Amino acid sequence: MFISPFYILFAIFSVYPIIFSIYLSFTKWKGMGPKVFVGLENYRRLFGDPIFWQSIRNGVIIFFLYVPIMTLLALVLAVILNAKFVRFFRIFRTMLVAPYVTTMIAVGYVFSIMMNARYGLFNMVLSSIGIPPVPWLDNVWWARVSISLLVMWAWLGYNMVIMLAGLQTIPKDLVEAATIDGANSVQALFHITVPLMRPIILFCVILSTIGSFGLFNEVYTLTSAGGLGGPMYATITPLVYIYRQAFRNYNFSYASTVSYIYFVIIFALTLLELRYFGREE
Amino acid sequence: MAVITENTLIKTKTIGKRIFVYLVLIPTCIFMMLPFFWMLITSLKPMAEVFNVPMIIFSRNMGLFNYRYVIDKGVWIRLWNTFLISFSATTLRLFFCSLAGYGFAKYRFPGREFLFLVLIASMIVPFAVIIVPLYIMMVNFHWVDTILPLVIPGAASAFGIFFMRQYIRCIPDELLDAARIDGCSEFGIYGRVILPIITPGLITLGLIFFMQVWNDFLWPLVILKSPENQTLPVMIATLTGQAGTNMYTYQMAVSVISITPLIIIFLIFQRRFTAGITFGAVKG
Repeated sequence: MFISPFYILFAIFSVYPIIFSIYLSFTKWKGMGPKVFVGLENYRRLFGDPIFWQSIRNGVIIFFLYVPIMTLLALVLAVILNAKFVRFFRIFRTMLVAPYVTTMIAVGYVFSIMMNARYGLFNMVLSSIGIPPVPWLDNVWWARVSISLLVMWAWLGYNMVIMLAGLQTIPKDLVEAATIDGANSVQALFHITVPLMRPIILFCVILSTIGSFGLFNEVYTLTSAGGLGGPMYATITPLVYIYRQAFRNYNFSYASTVSYIYFVIIFALTLLELRYFGREE
Repeated sequence: MAVITENTLIKTKTIGKRIFVYLVLIPTCIFMMLPFFWMLITSLKPMAEVFNVPMIIFSRNMGLFNYRYVIDKGVWIRLWNTFLISFSATTLRLFFCSLAGYGFAKYRFPGREFLFLVLIASMIVPFAVIIVPLYIMMVNFHWVDTILPLVIPGAASAFGIFFMRQYIRCIPDELLDAARIDGCSEFGIYGRVILPIITPGLITLGLIFFMQVWNDFLWPLVILKSPENQTLPVMIATLTGQAGTNMYTYQMAVSVISITPLIIIFLIFQRRFTAGITFGAVKG
């Protein structure tokens, strides 16, 4: 059978780990020795674990820091590039999408150089126009902003390409008709384009939701000085927390518990978004 | 008279529009290109000039010395590792995905709908959920520090199968029937009829897989323990000085080496990449 090789792999490397991870979450195991069954002990610990809840909160905060701006900017850029009159259309598109293929770890370190508080490019430019230096990576809120900036850099073009494809499915005469009726470009955008693009925008937002909880490389490169996910756990994400528990503390069973609850939360959020934004279809 | 004013009105309106368009477009593009530029110049600078007041952008001391250093540190073997892993993972994934996609698209069998649903559902399970158990499995298999964990588990890509299924569905059944009448075996149909037709789709999917595996960081970081087995992203992250400080100029040199092949591939196959990105959105 053609699909059997796939399902064998799928069972071994996807289904079995998921089940094994449930089992692990009910045990106490540090990578060596026998696994001791402890029932719901890990779950009890998790619900009282401030760092875990902080990581969930960070996911939500970072989501709100970049998703609205990025989605709107991606939409505006897509509308602009969809209009025929832009010169050098291809060059602009290439520049916008290039980050998508770029090694995140490499760019993360460039950002950390540019965001250096004393000598970084960003603060040099700011001070040259008279703005006081910004503690990009050392302050709780600025660190989150910095992570968001990096995420936006990496994913703006990706979202824009999706929106561009969506725009091409919208009949041109609809927007034209609205313009003839006296709507200006901004009105046409919000009253015609956005409603028609609803499913596409929803798709982008769902991807970004999953993305903001699963940030890892961004945190690893930008805010790992003095403990991965700093300062003061301000940028620790669920995935970073799982990594720290499993591969720094070798707390495999607790890491499994974290990943399970994390999955449940992601799943619930995705359903919620589908319900809330997708209901008018 | 009235006509003229209306025309000029429209003209000024479009000029205003154009100004707005370039006001959005040009700063965004500068922001997008800035990290590439900064990466390149930092990789050419001596360490002392990276953080300097006043800032040094170009200087007479620039040279290829950072590249010479990372070559001494074995950057070529890491480049080869990265290539080998990306290439073999991509090939294996394409084989499995096209085969399973073909099965889903063109054969009826009991439980097909259910299995496909399981597949789609698995697409939303984040990798974070299985990383711990998968790592423990790799330890038990004695696969840690080999390329196998980076190639084999990922071969069961749900996205890839979904992609191939949609692609193969568009092939008319008559073509397959004709091949059957001509005495082609079922695997012969896959190899001689399906594969040639789906080659463009395979290229699109292959490019995306290749790029993903090339840039992957967390999983190789966990799996590849010894320095000589590392991939380029892991090397960038572990190039640290004596006190654990980042050695930025060396890191930037490796970064340039890591991103250049992908940028070249991207510039050549840009259409394929955009096709791959949009695939999920338009269907979903």
